[in-house]
Amino acid sequence: MSRGKKDPALSRRGLLRGAGVAGAAVIGAPLAAEAQTPGQPDGPPRPIGPVTPAPNPRMESGTPPEMPILQGTAGSDYMVDVIQSLGITQIAANPGTSFRGLHESLINYSTLDWHTCTHEEASVAMAHGYAKIEGKPMLVLAHGTVGLQHASMAIYNAWCDRVPVYIMAGNTVDAPKRGSNAVWAHSVQDAGALVRDFIKWDDSPASLTHFGESAVRAYKIGMTPPMAPTLIIIDSEMQDGPVPENPKLEIPKLSRIAPVSGDQNALAEVAKLLVNAENPVIVADRNTRTQAGIDRLVELAETLHVPVCDMGSRMNFPTRHKYNMSERSRGLVAQADVILGLELLDFYNATHSFHDNIESWSDSRIKKDAKLISISSADLFNHANYQDFMRYQPVDLAIPADSEASLPYLTEALRKLIDPGMKAKFEARGEKIASDHAKALTAARADALYAWDASPVATGRLCAEIYEAIRSEDWSLASTTGNFLSAWPQRLWDMSKHYHNTGAAGGSGIGYCAPASAGAAAANKKHGRITVSINPDGDMMYSPGVLWTAANSKLPILYVMHNNRAYHQEIMGIQRIANRRQRGIDRTHIGVTLRDPFIDYATMAKGLGVASFGPITDPRELGPILKKAVEIVKKGEPCLVDVVTQGR
Amino acid sequence: MKHLLASLVLTFGAAPALAQSAAPAGDAKHGELLYMADGCYQCHGTVGQGSRGTGPRLTPNTIPYDAFAAQLRKPADIMPPYTALVVSESQLADIYAYIKSVPGPAKAGDVTILH
Repeated sequence: MSRGKKDPALSRRGLLRGAGVAGAAVIGAPLAAEAQTPGQPDGPPRPIGPVTPAPNPRMESGTPPEMPILQGTAGSDYMVDVIQSLGITQIAANPGTSFRGLHESLINYSTLDWHTCTHEEASVAMAHGYAKIEGKPMLVLAHGTVGLQHASMAIYNAWCDRVPVYIMAGNTVDAPKRGSNAVWAHSVQDAGALVRDFIKWDDSPASLTHFGESAVRAYKIGMTPPMAPTLIIIDSEMQDGPVPENPKLEIPKLSRIAPVSGDQNALAEVAKLLVNAENPVIVADRNTRTQAGIDRLVELAETLHVPVCDMGSRMNFPTRHKYNMSERSRGLVAQADVILGLELLDFYNATHSFHDNIESWSDSRIKKDAKLISISSADLFNHANYQDFMRYQPVDLAIPADSEASLPYLTEALRKLIDPGMKAKFEARGEKIASDHAKALTAARADALYAWDASPVATGRLCAEIYEAIRSEDWSLASTTGNFLSAWPQRLWDMSKHYHNTGAAGGSGIGYCAPASAGAAAANKKHGRITVSINPDGDMMYSPGVLWTAANSKLPILYVMHNNRAYHQEIMGIQRIANRRQRGIDRTHIGVTLRDPFIDYATMAKGLGVASFGPITDPRELGPILKKAVEIVKKGEPCLVDVVTQGR
Repeated sequence: MKHLLASLVLTFGAAPALAQSAAPAGDAKHGELLYMADGCYQCHGTVGQGSRGTGPRLTPNTIPYDAFAAQLRKPADIMPPYTALVVSESQLADIYAYIKSVPGPAKAGDVTILH
């Protein structure tokens, strides 16, 4: 990681010094006179930015044209002031000519930390993982064309996961300013069109004033639930050139954002349904944005003495809380008379079974008269093209609101309704739930004993050994996909903080885990917290260059490879199809396995500057090596442990 | 995929009601090779430990042979069917013998880190 200059006042320009605080500040004018301008104030409009001289005989004869070669102000310095006014402190980027002006300002005129990425997909995924820990976005820079094309999959993941990523993409709008064929190929009429289906808002500002307003607006829109990526296209001429004389640039004030809470009457109705229910259940998916979200859900559960099923897209509810019944969510949902979904995007899947046979079908698993309630900010904003809104699930009451913000009001409404008789009844229900929770934990530990000594290493043992190595530290599991690990971390680990589990990619786009956990590490680092990624092998191979970024930025992160040497989900799918057709599975490894040769992740990591161990096939070696790896990470460095694992 | 587990457990649970016959003698060693070659391990794990998202545990309380064969030939839900064209009767017996030969789980008392 490279840190920008500590004191912009010492820079040669110091153009917008002191203007980085939120609030309207008039800037630009004092130093504007220093700019070398090709035109006079009362003459013809002067060009914005440096001017490329046209070929002429004088140049070819060695006599340089009389053109400006120095500038005293820079449009991109103003951009930096706006960016810093938003509280953004970190950048992830792979370099690109179309944003060289802003790049230069960021490294010489800002205090932002820079993560050099080797692929834009990694840049965005880093920002994705960072935001889930930090609660605010990282800046991502990219070319408006090829960079956004690389970045698009990761942007889609963040969109599906309701996570803000603040993207600026360079473009050269004015055709005569495109000097080479590469610049032409990297220019575009409408850069945002490529990703507009899965971002929340974008703009292509035509002036610096326009930039200031749109940059603040993009941040505000991205940070308003449902959160999502936003995009600002930054014209290369506007970045590179000096600040025009006439405009008095201001930094628009960023509004404080109050996430919308549910309608009070509707929440009172929900409370009534819940207190009158015999078997209510809460199903939470992306309920939690902050620690407050966990605390509020705990308060709600303890008020009503109700089971909570955490679907795992976020860390919603402590795994060891006596009312955590995630292990038995299917059965509880099937028996429930009131189901409260909190930011539960895929409500249909929570209430149905899907049968993936030659003819696929779904059937309902809930009681016919069960009441379904949804509190979700996802209802507040959707696009049509991509189908991430999931199958339509009719509910009895849909409250389009941020559930984390709504919970205190719901709990308050419940308290008003619960009389002493109800309280005793609910407490008795709570005792039963607590007993079932304890049984589920005992069962999980017993399950982990199967294949304990197997090689390849069982995923249960893998997760138990990792937890043993980190449990006494402040840790953060920043990326895992629950299904790929049979949910062992949620079953075996004591998770109670919002950073203990940030959930999966959102859009199930593979290639998220490795860079997203690096981004999470960039947020966790200042807390002295160890970041852990139980990283699928297929995922790692999408952008292994992020290991170099982790080394370069000195990110304290423990990568443990879940190396089953295959795209395991797809292996099973191909086997199913082949056997349906009675062709056997002799050839079903083709296209879905990562063997011949096996990938040596430890050697790969070493080559990218990351300390490493493995491949480990003997589970007895795992514990001692993980301890060594944690010691390395505690010193502020990344470390990778390659473990050859069972499929799931 | 959790429903797969549920349906298979149901299927396996119903097995005792079927007419049962003794399991044919099988070669456990050859069965292990077949278990790997035929991809059983992909969903059930290399020692039949199972996985909640893919396939149920097969050991140590393995279902009776008749139910086992029925499940392979005409599986419930999404498990792939293994017809006689793919797995012969003798191969089926070998695979069953391998599953039956797998030792049980580690002893809880020996695994301190789970406590």
